[in-house]
Amino acid sequence: MAVIIEKNTKILIQGFTGKMGTFHAEEMIKYGSNVVGGVTPGKGGQKHLDRPVFNTVKDAVKHTGATASILFVPPAFAADSAMEAADAGIKTCVAIVDGIPSHDMIRIKRYMRRYSRSEKMTLVGPNCAGIISPGKSMLGIMPGHIYKEGKVGIISRSGTLGYEAAEQMKNLGIGISTSVGIGGDPINGSSFRDIIEKFETDDETDAILMIGEIGGPQEVAAGEFAKENMKKPIIGYIAGLTAPKGRVMGHAGAIVSAYGESAVEKVELLKECGVTISKNPSVMGETVKSVLNGKKI
Amino acid sequence: MDIHEYQAKEILSSFGVTIPRGGIVYSPETAENKAREIGGSKWVVKAQIHSGARGKAGGVIVCNSPLEVAQATDKLLGKRLVTNQTGPEGKIVNRIYIEEATDIEKELYLGLVFDRSSESIMVVASTEGGMSVEEIAKEKPKSIIRSKIEVAVGIQSFQARELAFGLGIEPELIRRASETIVGCAKAFSELDATMVEVNPLVISKQKQILALDCKMSFDNNAMFRRDKVSELRDKTQEDEKEVYASDRGLNYVSLDGNIGNIINGAGLAMASMDMIKLAGGEPANFLDVGGGATPEKIVKAFKLITMDKKVKVILVNIFAGINRCDWVAEGIVQALEKIEIKVPLVIRLAGTNVEKGNKILRDSKLNYIEANTLEDAANKAVAALKK
Repeated sequence: MAVIIEKNTKILIQGFTGKMGTFHAEEMIKYGSNVVGGVTPGKGGQKHLDRPVFNTVKDAVKHTGATASILFVPPAFAADSAMEAADAGIKTCVAIVDGIPSHDMIRIKRYMRRYSRSEKMTLVGPNCAGIISPGKSMLGIMPGHIYKEGKVGIISRSGTLGYEAAEQMKNLGIGISTSVGIGGDPINGSSFRDIIEKFETDDETDAILMIGEIGGPQEVAAGEFAKENMKKPIIGYIAGLTAPKGRVMGHAGAIVSAYGESAVEKVELLKECGVTISKNPSVMGETVKSVLNGKKI
Repeated sequence: MDIHEYQAKEILSSFGVTIPRGGIVYSPETAENKAREIGGSKWVVKAQIHSGARGKAGGVIVCNSPLEVAQATDKLLGKRLVTNQTGPEGKIVNRIYIEEATDIEKELYLGLVFDRSSESIMVVASTEGGMSVEEIAKEKPKSIIRSKIEVAVGIQSFQARELAFGLGIEPELIRRASETIVGCAKAFSELDATMVEVNPLVISKQKQILALDCKMSFDNNAMFRRDKVSELRDKTQEDEKEVYASDRGLNYVSLDGNIGNIINGAGLAMASMDMIKLAGGEPANFLDVGGGATPEKIVKAFKLITMDKKVKVILVNIFAGINRCDWVAEGIVQALEKIEIKVPLVIRLAGTNVEKGNKILRDSKLNYIEANTLEDAANKAVAALKK
């Protein structure tokens, strides 16, 4: 069983009938994901891509038994959609959308505190590529074919840098158990720490590649957690060595504003936690390979 | 998004924060009258630019007559002010704020920011106002007190009171100090701010609590619902190329090096810049055309990079996923039919249909250097520079 999603996980598309929702739903279906329907308020009762459209997530869950959803709604309405999913009993929700206000993200996370740990939805994103468990299911917008099936878990803030890593690994014959894009915003639904914790108990994952970048405390928080609680090896790369202080580098969350948030400082702090650092982004795959082979670098 | 001091003061004033009397002028002509209108016998003339440390850079002038106010305004207007935060090119002064001078008894620091680890709003206060928060943290760390605001319910009166007492404010002034802190917190929450800073927050000899200098930044992602705040944007304070980029949906940051780059995705863009540096070069910019890298975005990106005279080599690094390399390659070929590139061009494509994409580039009339890996691309870009 893969971490977070499985082969048969029933998936809903929120914002199903829109251009983005349609395009990526088709890609997911082609990959083999079990898309059971979607939600577009006001279009309930129609069919789209041969699947039913519902007015509310509750209706959709009731009729399809879906446990996962992916959001393709505009940023202004994304917080509302994520909370609707949580309330309808969805267990995993991926927010692809870039541009959700930080105040809204905090609101979603506070709203979700009403659920007990076992009932609580796992929110991944926003501003992310989503989740893929190669050969099983894709709940995201990544090019599925670059991911080879295997035993390394990937967590990345960046989409395309995560693809870069997956391809480097594929070229070296290394496969991936699950890849999770946690997104580039200052406040994420799930942090590195949340996901490495899931990988630690996942039978299908032997090692974890963590692709971070400048800004925020979460790479180091994950490193500290791993040092105390994890047995599986972690390989890390931090982008943004050349990024100037105080500037936002594309991702809203990629800004150095405090000690420990620059690439150099994060690398040092992660090394202290026992994380093996990929010395540059061109050798992420090779670094994973040498760790899997038990070599020290 | 950043705004000017006087704009932040107007906003905070509407949330119950007391500010000294003052007004904005755009010419020396009107400055003299404005000083008389404000009244008093001593004024402070303050250059309005998006930067702190203006005082040290000569952007704040104390004047003893309306005539001096006019002269100071004349001196500052149209000047480029260079502070330790603006970079060597400085920022243009187009607006002058004239304010009555304050008799300062005590200077305090008050700041509000998002705290990413606790995912709440953090209030930071110190008795050591007038210094930057970095300096306070370094030199007087023990003077710093903090309070976390629970976003769902907002700041509570007791939290503001605790902070005010923590700053050693005398009992008669606690109510006003608390109201000031609450006002800043409300402005933060209600306007989608990401930072509010009052530095210094002063206690005057007349026992008033006044916000003497204010700074506010806002969440760009929330501007769709903040029309009034959006109107406060002053593009003259931003890098020309960065304005061009942000108005066209590109993420661009101007840097000091000479290797221009065009990349899809923020993480890959940062990683490519890092590779350039490791290969011995310096990036001229950060540019993320978005994960999709559509032909339209690529055309805009080339236009933008060619605006930068520092650029001696251009590196294109696109990881094509669902958008496919052949499609991206066609976009590049089309773009370069419209724009002439006079410097060496290194192109690295990766991902879906990479062979087809490279073939399209090779079969075109493009004069470029093909690269395979991230490292190869950075090395070739640096080598091209040395030729």
